[in-house]
Amino acid sequence: MENDQDNIIREVTQTDYKYGFFTDIDTDNIPYGLNEDIIRLISGKKNEPDWMLEFRLKSYRHWLGMEMPQWAHLKIPEINYQDIIYYSAPKQRIKPGKFEDVDPQLLETFNKLGIPLDEQKLLTGMAVDAVIDSVSVKTTFKKNLAELGIIFCSMGEAIQEHPDLVKKYLGSVVPYRDNYFATLNSAVFTDGSFCYIPKGVRCPMELSTYFRINAANTGQFERTLLIADDESYVSYLEGCTAPMRDEHQLHAAVVELVALNDASIKYSTVQNWYPGDKEGKGGIFNFVTKRGMCKGKNSRISWTQIETGSAITWKYPSCVLRGDNSTGEFYSVAVTNHHQQADTGTKMIHLGKNSKSTIISKGISAGKSNNSYRGLVRVTQNAVNSRNYSQCDSLLLGDKCGAHTFPYIEVANKTSIVEHEATTSKISEDQMFYCNQRGISTEDAIGLIVNGYAKEVLNKLPVEFAVEAQKLLQISLEGSVG
Amino acid sequence: MLKIRNLSASIDGKMILKGINLDVNAGEVHAIMGPNGSGKSTLAAVLTGRNLYEITEGQVTYLGKDLLTMAPEDRARAGIFLGFQYPIEIPGVSMANFMRTAVNEIRKFKGQQPMNASDFMKLIREKIALVEIDTKLINRSVNEGFSGGEKKKNEIFQMAMLEPMLSILDETDSGLDIDALKIVANGVNMLKRPDNASIVITHYQRLLDYIVPDFVHILYDGRIVKSAGKELAVELEAKGYDWIKNHDGDE
Repeated sequence: MENDQDNIIREVTQTDYKYGFFTDIDTDNIPYGLNEDIIRLISGKKNEPDWMLEFRLKSYRHWLGMEMPQWAHLKIPEINYQDIIYYSAPKQRIKPGKFEDVDPQLLETFNKLGIPLDEQKLLTGMAVDAVIDSVSVKTTFKKNLAELGIIFCSMGEAIQEHPDLVKKYLGSVVPYRDNYFATLNSAVFTDGSFCYIPKGVRCPMELSTYFRINAANTGQFERTLLIADDESYVSYLEGCTAPMRDEHQLHAAVVELVALNDASIKYSTVQNWYPGDKEGKGGIFNFVTKRGMCKGKNSRISWTQIETGSAITWKYPSCVLRGDNSTGEFYSVAVTNHHQQADTGTKMIHLGKNSKSTIISKGISAGKSNNSYRGLVRVTQNAVNSRNYSQCDSLLLGDKCGAHTFPYIEVANKTSIVEHEATTSKISEDQMFYCNQRGISTEDAIGLIVNGYAKEVLNKLPVEFAVEAQKLLQISLEGSVG
Repeated sequence: MLKIRNLSASIDGKMILKGINLDVNAGEVHAIMGPNGSGKSTLAAVLTGRNLYEITEGQVTYLGKDLLTMAPEDRARAGIFLGFQYPIEIPGVSMANFMRTAVNEIRKFKGQQPMNASDFMKLIREKIALVEIDTKLINRSVNEGFSGGEKKKNEIFQMAMLEPMLSILDETDSGLDIDALKIVANGVNMLKRPDNASIVITHYQRLLDYIVPDFVHILYDGRIVKSAGKELAVELEAKGYDWIKNHDGDE
């Protein structure tokens, strides 16, 4: 029996990361290292106005006095921040603009990733901003969206074209002093997506950003800002992949969402960064700050995340429920295999009256991995009649992995109700044999069981991606149970 | 169809099966009876490939193939079905999804295309009628929250869906009231064809009032100590298992 399990575990290690290829393309790199000159160089490359450079410099100066947080249940090797290239852009023969102008090699890269940038070939109902390393190469359907007054473009472009909106909201949800990685991002961020949905508009298509790390020795520091004005609605999806490399690469992004009165934002992530090999060599360090501000009354922000990649994940998509009657939701499936480590969860900060939040977290651990849920529910004194429901489930595959739950609950008034439920379960030998006896292989049985376990969360994804996410879960866990 | 020769198996060094010989041909129903701990369930588990047991001796041929070297899922795909004594719960996986996966795996093995959704639903409706279970059960998670009787009927439903060549029913009658027992037996009888066979494992004779076996074997202390026609079950019921225990066995 144990031999079988070993065999199967050996098989997992042969599972290939499908997106591990590298595109050999000329890049415009700046020198290694981090200092004020580098920040000026990045800002200059992007032709930024002074106020943007000032934002970066004050962030950098603040960051110098900060220390890396050590509270997470993670073993993080020392990161040498001078050993990273902070700006790398594919050299395009022609300046990007129209689709026809995008370098064919880059188009081919995105084709290979299953993200065709040709509007004719794209899934109908989805607009994509494609980011490779430090720059956005193409945003599709911009014109169609502009007719409705929707702004969907790269952050670089937004700084040039919509400085008032950027100035007003950048750092309004995640201040530049917020935390070590967010502060670093504020100093060196390169591109990312910007989106503004005007008052009363329901965005007719899924907006999506696809992040690709390609160049070696670089870090990716993208910044996303999404604003939903009064009574508007938008559904947004991000995906990400990276080549397989023996060295770790750093990804430290910041995402800020702002929902005004009666606005609703649905933000979904399928995170598939390279997780490292079976020995834990290589892989992306993913230190991300994602936060949404339910600023207006009756506003709603919903986070859905499927986390399968990265060597280390440190990520807590959160909601600040400032508006009365506002709603925050967090639906998460986090999978760890081999030597992956994840410390992920959410924060729900109730400030407004009658605010509601729901947390559904499903952790799946396999191999020698460690998977932690960390969540804060804080109900302040003024947030009367608030309500939170949290459910944290852990599923263990094999007996060498770990699952941990760290819930923090703070309630400062007497009229609010907070509920927390947690379970831990294991896929049993009996369940596997039952499936086998019906002709279902062990791999397929794990897929069935894991997808069944994660169904509640998968159902929250836009339909087109739910199927992809299901397959991804199965691939991530192939053969991890005997 | 199935030839078992001198099959011996142990768990944690303890011998459970001590040289089983049995031949099952197409069209036959065999009953295996015996007291608790005689090795009945072990035999079913060994034939279906449960990896808890070590095979210490013997061979099993199924449709000309060496059964003991086949993976459990391959045995199932080749037409061996086990009706579980204690059906397993699989939370989050609906019966419909579970069965569709199983049916399509078996079809793939036979070189057939996956079944489309409407044919599949038709098949479900047809088979569900056989065992008189509530159609709502197929939208529920596999065996989760099913009553004892529903679980057993659900085993027969799965057997009807998968149309096995050789069904092994491990104490399917245990814990059933008489009405449920009749439904289960009726399902088994309806599925009987000249080209398939079944092995019905039971502790009690009462199931054999409804499923009439061609052969009855008495298993005791890891050996088949007596084989005869259906009259043996009646004799056993009258005399009790002590009769066998005092018997020296005729191997």
